[in-house]
Amino acid sequence: MFDPEDIKKDFPILKRQVHGKRLIYLDNAATSQKPIQMIDAITEYYKKYNSNIHRGVHTLSAEATQEYETAREKVARFINAPNVKSIIFVRNTTEAINLIAYSWGLKNLKKGDEIVLTEMEHHSNLIPWQMVAKQTGATLRFIPVIENGTLNLDSLDTIINGQTKLISMASTSNFLGTINPLDLIHKRAKEVGALLMIDGAQSIPHMATNVIDMDCDFLAFSGHKMLAPTGIGILYVKPTVLEKLDPFLMGGEMIKEVWLDHATWNDLPNRFEAGTPDIAGAIGLGAAIDYLEALGMDNVRKHEIAITTYALEKIKEIEELTVLGPKGIQNRGGLISFTLANIHPHDIGTLLDSEGIAIRTGHHCVMPMHRKLNLPASARASFYVYNTYQDIDIFILGLKKVVDYFNNVDRKRG
Amino acid sequence: MSIENEVDELYRELILDHYRRPRNTQFIPEAQHNAEGLNPFCGDQINLQIMVDSDKVIQSIGQQGNGCSISQASASMLTEVLKGKSLEQAKSTNNCFRRLLEGETIEDSELASLGVLEALAGVRKFPVRIKCALLAWTTMEDALGDSE
Repeated sequence: MFDPEDIKKDFPILKRQVHGKRLIYLDNAATSQKPIQMIDAITEYYKKYNSNIHRGVHTLSAEATQEYETAREKVARFINAPNVKSIIFVRNTTEAINLIAYSWGLKNLKKGDEIVLTEMEHHSNLIPWQMVAKQTGATLRFIPVIENGTLNLDSLDTIINGQTKLISMASTSNFLGTINPLDLIHKRAKEVGALLMIDGAQSIPHMATNVIDMDCDFLAFSGHKMLAPTGIGILYVKPTVLEKLDPFLMGGEMIKEVWLDHATWNDLPNRFEAGTPDIAGAIGLGAAIDYLEALGMDNVRKHEIAITTYALEKIKEIEELTVLGPKGIQNRGGLISFTLANIHPHDIGTLLDSEGIAIRTGHHCVMPMHRKLNLPASARASFYVYNTYQDIDIFILGLKKVVDYFNNVDRKRG
Repeated sequence: MSIENEVDELYRELILDHYRRPRNTQFIPEAQHNAEGLNPFCGDQINLQIMVDSDKVIQSIGQQGNGCSISQASASMLTEVLKGKSLEQAKSTNNCFRRLLEGETIEDSELASLGVLEALAGVRKFPVRIKCALLAWTTMEDALGDSE
């Protein structure tokens, strides 16, 4: 039984007050809150079996290694990866994309090759490719975004062509909330023989994922947006592609045999995990996945559709508010970006904060798309498993107060 | 002080008035000192032109920009306060205003030199917004550079 009121009880932070009011946390697209089960898992590790992994024969090291590798198995199962070796632990989505940019992009691309992105990408899926393009002479091409926040696929066959070597794009936009039609992009990618990289930061925490069905070559996502700690991220690489991929970071753990002048690489996936990793983070991620699987990812998505639909409906009560992104719920994730009359997002954010409501304001690391929409900034409310209809009601009430405040300020003081 | 009072202090009438009706928005192409200030974190932006006479007294000052109420009101107030001041005085006003936002106690004699800027004192209670209030002033520092 999926009951957000019950779920809320598992999150200690949601009991706190902000400015004397109950915290209403609506900044989940930035990072999610953490359940006590996950916090306990990390505490347990540090209290009872803290140790380095894959080294030493002592009990603690064996236990830590066991839990770390169990977390990897949980991730593999969570996204239906064909094998555990295809899961590489990194710091976050950004590092995962950079790993591919350096280890695959710089090595395989040359002048004349094309990398296709969309205009709505987070900076983390734009800047690494700008670097690759600059260093290799490859060209960046962009699938345009139309007014309603969806991709314009009219010229897809021209943009993705024989020169295209890689398509890298978000499954769900962190700014517009758009759920992109990956199946159509995938179909075209296969037609031209290009690899497909998915920035899954905004979709993996929110819906069931099956990388075999998606048939993507790379998938990057972050633990901290799915109830896990900050500092642990995941890169999935399709096994056939992974075999040919050179290591990214060099050092301990990623080697098999070392001489003074050369070395051989470790087996997969350790070849890509140089140095001591975020062991506690991985164990926390494992606990977070347990939590999400107990809820059921289909239920998570169902709840998000329900609550976002409710919010989109209630928000209509505020005439001055403009919702950005898709109008329908089927191709929208659990977030709503908006502008409010001529009230700057930062002023909205400060006033809502005084009501205990946390939202994101600014450009959300998507400056080019804001520029295209002619917006210096926007406000964003994003939802997760513990958000209730009552949270939305308080949020809407808060927005009405913001409008009143700025409308009435002269009268109030007159 | 309750959060409601703190919010009222942040958005004092004078601040919102400068936000809604910014002063000195004319562009001054012949200004000797100019700079663009950008706060990439929030997208606030300010262009500033400062024209001085041979005695280094500010003859005219123009600002154009967009952003939140605090950043834009601060820019508008800056132009109002600095017009007619010497560059030396402008620098000490900048210093005094920054100390005000850092929460230091300012002597009455100095406070007078701040004029309308005193209205921005409420920003002190909102640490994340101090950067908004300072954007125009950082832009002014860029515009003046090492000029003496």
